Formats: sequence, C-alpha cells, structure tokens
Amino acid sequence: MNAAGFPILSLLTFLPLVGAAIILSVRGDAAVVAQNARWTALWTSLVVFVLSLILWARFDHGTADFQFVEQLEWLPAFGVGYHMGVDGISVLFILLSTALTPICILASWEAIGTRVREFMVAFLVLETMMVGMFSALDFVLFYIFFEGVLIPMFLIIGVWGHDRRVYAAFKLFLYTLLGSVLMLLALLYLWYTAGTTDIPELFRHRIPAAAQTWIFFAFLASFAVKVPMWPVHTWLPDAHVEAPTAGSVILAGVLLKMGAYGFLRFSLPMLPDASATFAPLIFALSVIAVIYTSLVALAQDNMKKLIAYSSVAHMGIVTIGIFTFNAQGISGALFTMLAHGVVSSALFLCVGVLYDRRHSLEIASYGGVAKIMPGYALVFMLFTMASVGLPGTANFVGEFLVIVGAWRVNPWVALGAATGMILGAAYMLLLYRRIAFGRITRDDLRALLDLSPREYAIFVPLVLLTLWMGVYPQSFLSFFTASVAGLVERHEAALGAARLAAGM
Amino acid sequence: MNWTLALPEIALACAGLVILLVGVIPGRNTFFGCTMAVIGALLLAAVLVLGQPEGTALGGLYVADAFSGFMKILALLGAALGLVLALDFNRRESLDRFEFPVLALFATTGMMVMVSANDLMTVYMGLELLSLPLYVIAAFDRDNGRSAEAGLKYFVLGALASGLLLYGVSLVYGFAGTTNFDRLADVFSGNGGVPAGVVVGLVFVVAGLIFKVSAVPFHMWTPDVYEGAPTPVTAFFAAAPKVAAVALLARVLLGPFGDLAAQWQQVIILASLGSMLLGAFAAVGQRNIKRLMAYSSIGHVGYALMGLAVVSDEGLRGLVIYMLIYMLMNIGTFAILVGMRRRGRAVERIEDLAGLGGTDLGRALWMTVFMFSMAGIPPLAGFFGKLYVFLAAVQGGFWTLAVVGVLTSVVSAYYYLRIVKVMFFDEAPAEGGLDATTPGLAAVTATTGIFNLVFCLYPAPLLLAAGLAAAALLG
Repeated sequence: MNAAGFPILSLLTFLPLVGAAIILSVRGDAAVVAQNARWTALWTSLVVFVLSLILWARFDHGTADFQFVEQLEWLPAFGVGYHMGVDGISVLFILLSTALTPICILASWEAIGTRVREFMVAFLVLETMMVGMFSALDFVLFYIFFEGVLIPMFLIIGVWGHDRRVYAAFKLFLYTLLGSVLMLLALLYLWYTAGTTDIPELFRHRIPAAAQTWIFFAFLASFAVKVPMWPVHTWLPDAHVEAPTAGSVILAGVLLKMGAYGFLRFSLPMLPDASATFAPLIFALSVIAVIYTSLVALAQDNMKKLIAYSSVAHMGIVTIGIFTFNAQGISGALFTMLAHGVVSSALFLCVGVLYDRRHSLEIASYGGVAKIMPGYALVFMLFTMASVGLPGTANFVGEFLVIVGAWRVNPWVALGAATGMILGAAYMLLLYRRIAFGRITRDDLRALLDLSPREYAIFVPLVLLTLWMGVYPQSFLSFFTASVAGLVERHEAALGAARLAAGM
Repeated sequence: MNWTLALPEIALACAGLVILLVGVIPGRNTFFGCTMAVIGALLLAAVLVLGQPEGTALGGLYVADAFSGFMKILALLGAALGLVLALDFNRRESLDRFEFPVLALFATTGMMVMVSANDLMTVYMGLELLSLPLYVIAAFDRDNGRSAEAGLKYFVLGALASGLLLYGVSLVYGFAGTTNFDRLADVFSGNGGVPAGVVVGLVFVVAGLIFKVSAVPFHMWTPDVYEGAPTPVTAFFAAAPKVAAVALLARVLLGPFGDLAAQWQQVIILASLGSMLLGAFAAVGQRNIKRLMAYSSIGHVGYALMGLAVVSDEGLRGLVIYMLIYMLMNIGTFAILVGMRRRGRAVERIEDLAGLGGTDLGRALWMTVFMFSMAGIPPLAGFFGKLYVFLAAVQGGFWTLAVVGVLTSVVSAYYYLRIVKVMFFDEAPAEGGLDATTPGLAAVTATTGIFNLVFCLYPAPLLLAAGLAAAALLG
C-alpha cells in the first residue's frame, strides 16, 4: 500500500520533533549549546529534506489517487483516524516545506544571536506542523496541524522579531484563530452529518446545497485570512515586517499556501455548488486584491512591506486560478503557489542580507548597492525579474496559465490579473532601481561586504530552482496534472448532477 | 441496609477523624505528617471507589454508578494534587497547621457525597459538608486582611446560596411530595402538567447550584475569593470542588428533573452564554494572575455547561471530558503560580512572570503549554475538551452556543497569550527572576503538563470511560 515501503509521511512529519528533543536535552555552556542547536537543527532538516526526495522519486504521476497512504485507528468510536497521504496537489508543498526549512536555518545562522536553542526548537516544531498539515487526510488531524502552526509562529515573531513584534504576533495569532474557529464549526457539522472526518470519505459525501453555502463561508473565513485575501490581509504586512528573516521566509513560502491549499482540498471538492455560486465573489475580491495591493506596494518605503503587499497580489492571482474550475487555471494556481514559495522566499532572504549588514529595512537607506555588492545585485535582480514574471523564470508559467484559464471564464477577470502583472513590474523594478542603482549617497554603505559562502549556499539552490521551474515547468506540472484533471472532472460531474436535479 | 456501598465516604470520614486526633499531639508540628496521611486517605478512597459495585444504598439516599465513580476519582485526584501544592507554600507562609489538610479532607468527603447524592437531602448535606471547610480554608491566612475578607465574603454569599437551594428543595418537596430522585423522576414523567411551584423550586435549586460552580449570574464571589485566599487554597477551589459541583448539577438536572428539561434548559443556556462572555471579556484587563484565573475559570465553566445545556449523551460526555481536562490544566497552572516567589516573597502579578523564558526556560515552557491548552489550541488537551462540547452543541443544533463559544475562545486566547508574551517577550525585572521552584511543584507541573501534551496521542480510553459515565447518568 505504500510505495516507499515504510511510513515515510509520518517519518517526515515527526522527525523534526526528534531533532527538537535532542536540542532541548543539550546542557552546558551557552555558546556551545547555541552552536550545537544550529548544527542539530540543520542536520535534522537536511535529513528530512533528503528523505522527502523519496516522494519526488517514487510518486506515481499517472493517478489522482492518494499515495504513500498510512492509516491507523485513533478515535474509532468517532470516525476519526490517523490518516496520512499525498496526491499531486499536496506532494510538492511537502517538498517545498522540507526544502525551505534548512535554508531558513542557514539564514538564521548568524542573524539569530539570542536564545538560539529555543529558536531552532520552534523552527523544527513548525516544520512538523507544516508537513503534517499537507499530508493529513483526516479533517481533525488537518485542523490540529493547521492551528498548531500558530504556536511556533507566534513565538518566532514575538521573541525574535523587530520593534513592534508583540503587536504583530498578537495580530497574526488572533486574526487567524478567529478565522479558524469558524471553520471548526463547519468541520463539526460535517463530522456529525457524515459520521466521519476522513477526507476521501467526505469527498463522496454529498452535502445539501443549502448547507453548502454556510460551510463555504465558514471555510472562507478561515482560508481567506490565511491566503490572505483582500480585505483580511492587513495582518500580513505587519507580520512580515516584524518577523525575523527566517520567519518571513517560511511565512511567505509555506504558510500563505495553507489557505489556497485549503480551498483546493476542501472547498472545491466538498462544496462544488457553493464554490460555483460564489466564484464571482472570489474573483471580485481577488481582482481588488491584485490591483489594490499592487498600488499600495508602489507607495511603500519599507522593503519587507513592499514584498508583503506583492505577496497579497500574487496570492490574488492564485485564488483567481483556483476558482476558474478549469485545468489551466488550477494548474496555474498551483504552479504560481510553488513559484511564489520559492521566489518570494528568496526575495525576503535578499532583504535579510541587507538587513543583517545595515539593520534597516527602509529603502531610502540604500542606493547604488550594485557597485558595492555585485554578486548580491545579480541574485537580487534574478529574483526581481522572477517576481515580475519574466518568461524563463518560475512565476511566468503559473501566472500565464492562470490568465489563460481566467480568460475562458471571464475576460475581465483575466484583464484584472494581467493588470497586476504590469503593476508588479512597476513596483519591483522601482524597488530594484532604488536599492541597487543610482549614486552611492551614503558613505557607510561602501563598507558592505558581498555575499559570504554561507549566503551563496542559501541562494544557489533557489536560483537553480527558479530557473528550472521557468525553463522546464513540465517536471513540476506533471506532478499535478492527473490530480487537477480528477478534481475538475469531479467538480463538473457534481455540478451536472445538481443542474439535473434543478431541471427536474 | 447495604451501607458497604458507601465505604469510600465512610472510610474517608473515619480517616479524617483519626488524623484530627493525631494532629493535636502537642509539642511538634504535624502539618507535613497530616498532609501525607490525608493524601494517603484520598488514595485509599480512590482505590475503594474503583472497587465499588453499582447500586443504591442507605434507603435510596445514596447511589453509586459509573458517573459517580468517574467524578469521584477526578475529585480525589484534584484534592490530592491540591494538597501537594500547599505543602511548601504553607510552610513558608507560616500556614503549616495540621487543620488545613484535615479540612480539605472533610471538604472532599462532602464532594463525594454530592456526587453520589440520590436525594435532595443528601445533596444539601454534601454541599454543606463541602462548603463549611472551604469557608474556613479561604480565611486560613487569618492575619491577612484579604484572606479574612475572602473567607467572610465566601461565607456570606455561600450561605445565601445555600438558603436559596434549601428554599427550592422545600418547594419541590411541597409540590411533588418527595425528595428522592427516583420518585421525583416518576412524578415528573407523568403526562399531567407540572405545578408552577415545582418550576419555581427548580429555579431556586439551579440558582443555588450555579453559585457553587461559579457561573454567571452567581459568579460575583469568585474573583474576590480567588484573589484573597492563599494561592494553594485558590488552586484547591478551582479544581476539585468545581468538578464535584458540576457533577452534582448534571445529576440533579438530568436525573430527577430530566423530564423537565424544557423548563431548565433556558436557564442553563443563559448561564453558559453569560459565563463564556464574562470569562472572556472581564479577564482581559486583569493584572493579578489569580484574578485572571478566576475569570478564566468562569469562562471554562461556561464551556462545560454548554455540554449540559444541549441535554444529550454527547453533551454529557463532552462535559465529563471537559471537567477532566480543565482540572488537570488548572492544577498544572496553579503549580506554577504557587511557586511564584521573588527573594522568598510570594508574588502574584502578571508582570512578575516577566522574562521567565530567559531565567527558567523549563517552567516557562510548561506554563506556555498550559496557556495554549487553556486557549484551546491543538494539539493540546484543552482543544479536545472544547472540541467535544462544541461537537455536541452543533449536533443538537445549538448554533448560538457554538458560535458564541468559538468567538469567546478567540477573545480569551488574547489574555492567555498575554501571559506567554510576558514570559518570553518581556525582559526580566532588575531585581532578578523568580526563585527556583520546589521538587513537589515541579513534579505536579510536569505530570499535568505531559498529560496536556500527550492526550492527543491516545485519547480513546479516557473518552470511553467518559462515555460510560455519561451513559450511566442518562440511562
């Protein structure tokens, strides 16, 4: 039943906890403990990453079924089980999580100087929650991981963040908790009407159309905050600005994908009628998000805030793609999510490089960096171009597919998404010009050092990945072609049945 | 007369008398010895409860079933852990008098009588046996004005509540002609309408019991008593008596008055809603951590009552599970609060926890576990407590309760998080961190903390036991 021959998903999920336990058990001199914690965390996350490559190698691209399935009894009397598995939609997100974690740990190597041990423990617990969330095939299990993410994230922002960290941490926590508890109610309703929380079982359970509306909005409350969609995106800029670099990276790279993943995993397959009915609402919110947040990004003086707003715009394109209900749109949305996961993570790392040297996030404190740090300028430029959606880089493929898919549904929506790309070019190029080009107006900038070998080690994999995704997207698209086709087919069948029932 | 059925209570009461006699041996301080003896007696009672057969005894005044067994074990566990918390604290505050454990023991006997009551007279007797020792130990720090005030306040309001209860009981007796639960149930199961006097009496009974569980609108005593009483006493109040009172409320409402659910359901729904709202909003501005815990306990009782308000098997099971988890979270939290000392002096403001994450990481991490658990964040135990009562509410179609419940849990998450924030994000004050904790407190913290962490791994046996307990009550 398991292509790997052993419970690989559980291993990927819980191995980081073992690393965390080892780090916690180390005693002794503070400096030694800190160094020990760094290395243990790095090795644990690297082992997890290497193990996760088994998923890449052994994943069967031809089927939409769940693979690497593990099932254990947990609460048999309630119809709740420990059920893990991946399909084309989730498998690449697990790889994204396991790949970004070691990069984040490397990025915090020197940036995190206080309470290193606790930071590494929080990060490994976070990895457990992320991987668990993407592999859970039971709704209760999913919810546990989905919410559990908040605990380490709250601590990472609150302890190691910048000046207004307490405000940002509380905002992140309470905003997302408020959304999630409404989903919890919908989950409880599904639980007792269907008698099970097993996700594949729930796919087969038909929910009456009247109930679908309520459940859809309960899910929307939770996922829209996580995505984040306009107008509930306001926690994101605060969280990004105040979070340490690694926190921003994981927030942009993985946590923002949880909402969109929720739409794909729950809203679309379980609530086909309500999803179709309210797709125009999602389109409207998404188009507003794309255009409005792009304009807001143009006016930012803070680098992290600018990239945070650009994330909201990119995620708007993702939600447009999801609700087109056609193969191009959904594939494009998935690809954009992956590309954004890599590119915006890399952009936050680029900001982190500058911040580590100058301790300022203001765009105005820089200028002419290209002359002082040529290597850095090259890397930064590549990711700026990728974020703009230049052909040959990762974002282009995804956004192009989404626009094609949206055109088939409604050309105006496609126009809105395309406007976002144009505005994106404007604010990203402006950002790059103000930081990298121009005269060096501040003398203290001249002392900046170019990228260190550790920083090259962080960026090289991301550069390669971005180019690979742009040049040969098929090696990623092929993972989810079958699953997306299955999803679209099921959606149309469900709608057809509903129309038939309405016609009679 | 199969009085042997009541052996746990009888054994406990006898043990109490013996320990009282031994305690007065003059010339040396017997506090530690008496506490150990009382904990031993509580454990003995727990063993007897486990071996107890089911049935009614003493002329129908006393009943033993799966529900009473489960709740008694909880109450005994809570009382024993509460005494462990008092060991070191009382010695340092010169409260190490042997009467303390003995009074706690008699209160525990009262709890067990309450849980096993099968007659309104037994209810009253158990309640008074519980309350009188509690009045005394609330004022145990008798030279301290706040403690004396807490004791007096608790006594005056508690006496009022007892009066209400007694008045209600007499009305019910007057109109129904009996105080026995089984016969009351028979009377009310008839098709004829219920006399208005019974309904009035029922409301008075409910009011008296709601006072004991400290739910809105009879919660006013809680913050003052929790704040004024010595910290281990507060820990004791928040754990075992609350479990027993909630169990009693469930038994009285679902047993004899089960057929009158339509009359009392509204009352419980209002009490639940009010408690959840008050517990969430009133705690936000608190600076004293014991006062905060008082409001938090009001909120938790609101969630537990939600399980009672829906009147179903699932609801009752949710209530039983909730009380189990609530008690263990609470004792763990108080184990940390009792140990809050700076240079030997007990402190109890929230700011006193500042920087604990830097000075004593282990304790701060356990406190974090308890706070997230109280806020109901998975995968900690507190989440599952809420999950089962919400599930029952949704199943019964009580959407208002469920929606208010989840929203207030977000509000209350704010003040639990604030404690985490103070511990980890704020700097320790200049005069240094908190003193080291004692082995006893550390052991209680670790045990309850591990329970909160691993409950999610294998909850099935506890859920099964809770389900059996619930089924026993609803028959």
